[in-house]
This record gives sequence, structure tokens and C-alpha cells, in this order.
Amino acid sequence: MAASPSVAALQARFADAILRHEVSCGDTIVYVTPARVHEILAWLRDDAGQLFDYLTDITAVEYRDMERPLEVVWQLRSLSRKADLRLKVELDTAAPLVIDSVFDLWKGADWLEREVFDMFGVSFTGHPDLRRILMWETYSEGFPLRKDFPLRGHFSRAEQTRQALNANPEANYSLEELSIAEAYSELPADMKERLNQGERGGVK
Amino acid sequence: MGLTLPEGGAGTEVSAMSPNWVTTRLDSLSNWARSNSLWSMPFGTACCAIEFMASAASRFDIARFGMERMSFSPRQADVLICAGRLPFKLAPVIRKIWDQMPQPKWSISMGACASSGGIFDTYTMVQGIDTIIPVDVYVPGCPPRPEGLIYGIRLLQKKIQGESFLDADLRQEHLLGPDGLFLPARKIDEVSEPFGNSVHQTRSA
Repeated sequence: MAASPSVAALQARFADAILRHEVSCGDTIVYVTPARVHEILAWLRDDAGQLFDYLTDITAVEYRDMERPLEVVWQLRSLSRKADLRLKVELDTAAPLVIDSVFDLWKGADWLEREVFDMFGVSFTGHPDLRRILMWETYSEGFPLRKDFPLRGHFSRAEQTRQALNANPEANYSLEELSIAEAYSELPADMKERLNQGERGGVK
Repeated sequence: MGLTLPEGGAGTEVSAMSPNWVTTRLDSLSNWARSNSLWSMPFGTACCAIEFMASAASRFDIARFGMERMSFSPRQADVLICAGRLPFKLAPVIRKIWDQMPQPKWSISMGACASSGGIFDTYTMVQGIDTIIPVDVYVPGCPPRPEGLIYGIRLLQKKIQGESFLDADLRQEHLLGPDGLFLPARKIDEVSEPFGNSVHQTRSA
């Protein structure tokens, strides 16, 4: 199956930033450089020939082969053109996992990026409220979907139980909390600080 | 169950109940009343909750056994039924609900996951709710059929009928200890040991 015509357009527009592409099960996958991913995604969303207006998903993949880099994946959909495109960047797991947020392009990226942060520890620069979303905010064992994370977690069952029982869910899931993303800029400084650091946990 | 009319009590209502008083032990009277009016606090987290709903619906109808009313407020509940797996994230929630329930109270652990963690021997899952709250009856199954749950409830009723006012330990609150745990840490680790298929998963895999 032929690659999506978007690949040729991307190569013409961004040249070196497009590393390679492949077709898998009929889907076109484009690997791009991490530094320019935001720019490329913005262009794919807005260019009249692309119009990928819908962000289906953001996720990440870490392979069992520890030599391989961790991949961050953006799955795009053009609702008007009925076309799909998958973008990937490769991040070296030895270095800090940092990539640009696309929250400013698609508001729906908010929780998707939080999930990738929660499960893989990828930091999205520019995300307004990057904290855990599936695990509780004070969870401190690390990032569960990383390959170096043991299936049963790092801590003993007793320690996990103790930390869980001493969590206070009401402190993290109040009504105030639910509207925090919109009101983030108006929050008092100390609460901003808590949101910025507490959820990453103290241990790993 | 419990109180029965004397032999040959058939006849008109007046003669059957005559004389218009009964003698009984206070224990059996209160146990009879308690066991036949169990209001359940449904704590449904997974597929067991579907079976639990089926138990409450017309075909199985646990109202026949005095569980006419689901008590969605723990303040008015007698028995907590944990129907489904319990992730660590919910551990403080079920603990709080249990603490909010007034005595006398009992709990049923419904299904393999609530009883032992089931197939979920993972970083998210409590390996049996008995590491969080005391449990009276475990109902095995994945999920148990409504008959299974009803059997568990009947067992609980039987257990209640054996209780006594004189046993002060029965109504004792089991709060979290100073270490923030319900069971001693050593015991939690022991009951959470991998078993069955999950012994093949090493901690580093």
C-alpha cells in the first residue's frame, strides 16, 4: 500500500525534520525530529492540503529491547478529508523525556498528555496542568508502563497498602480541583507550586 | 428462619398467636431481626456488580431474604458488599465507607478479585479487601452467579444468628493502627504473595 500523500508534502515542507516513514497495516507512520514536532503538527492541522483537525490520540511506546528509544505517538485524523496520519518521535530514555505540548493546537491533548506523563514520565513543555491522571497524585513508585517498572510495583504490598490508605482522595478530587485547568492562571502561587511538583512524587 | 410458631399452631390468626406474647432469648430475637433485614451498601467496581444487580432484580430477588433496600448511604447500611476488584486508589474510599457504617455491620467480599486480587497481581490492585477492612463472608467466583451471592448472604445470616450480646469483641471497631495499616505489614505481605499463575511473573518482569 502506498504511503499517504501527506508524507511527500511534509518532506517538501520540512525536509530534514522528516526522518523516515513506513506503512504498516495500511497506516502511514512518519518519524520526525523531536525539536520540530510542534511546528509540524501545527502545519498538519492548518495547511489547506492537510487539515488534520482532529487529534485521535497521543500515546507512547517503549520496546522490550532496551536499546530502542521510547516513541511518542500522535494519531491524527482529518474529518473533512477522511484521512489518517500517525506521527512519531523517538526519545532517548537515557536523557530526560521532554517534548512540546500540543495543548495549544488541540484542547483535547490535555488529558492525553497527562496520561502519557502519568504512565511513561514524558514531560510535555507548555502543558498548563501536567500531573497524574490515572494514578493518584501522591503516587510515588514511578511510571508504571515503563519497561523497567516491575509488574507488581517497586514497593512491598504492605507499603503500597499503607500509602494508599493514607491518601486523602477528597483533597485531590474536590469540585475546586475539577475546574482548576481553566482557572490555572488565577490560582494562588502556593497551589500552583503544589500542582507543579506534588504529583510527580518524591521517590523515583 | 428464627422464630417459629409452636407445633399445631395452625388455625385462626388469633388462636395461632394466642396467648399474644412470645418468650424468647433476647439474642435470638435481635439476631432474627438483624439477619432478616440486612441493608446492603453496594460497593460495585467491576463485573461482579453486574451479577449483584442481577441478584437484586426480579429473577433472583434478594429482597426475599430481607435485603429489600440497597442502602446507598453507608450511614444506614448493615452489610458492605464489595463486588469487584479494589484498586489501591479506592482503598481509602472503601475504608472510609466502612468506618462510616454504624454497628452492627458486616461485610461480604464478592468474587475472586475482592477476595484475593484475582488475576490482577499488579501494581494497582489490592490483594484482597481483607487487607483493608474485616470480611465476614468470601464468595468465590469470577464473577459469582447470583445463586453464589445469595448463598453467601445466607451464610452471613447464619453467622449473625450465632452472635451474642455477651460477646463484646463482635461489635468492636477495627480502626487503622498507628502504622496506618489495618493488618500488620508482615501479614499483608504474606497474604499478597503470588499464587497460581502469577508465581511465574517475577518482580522484574
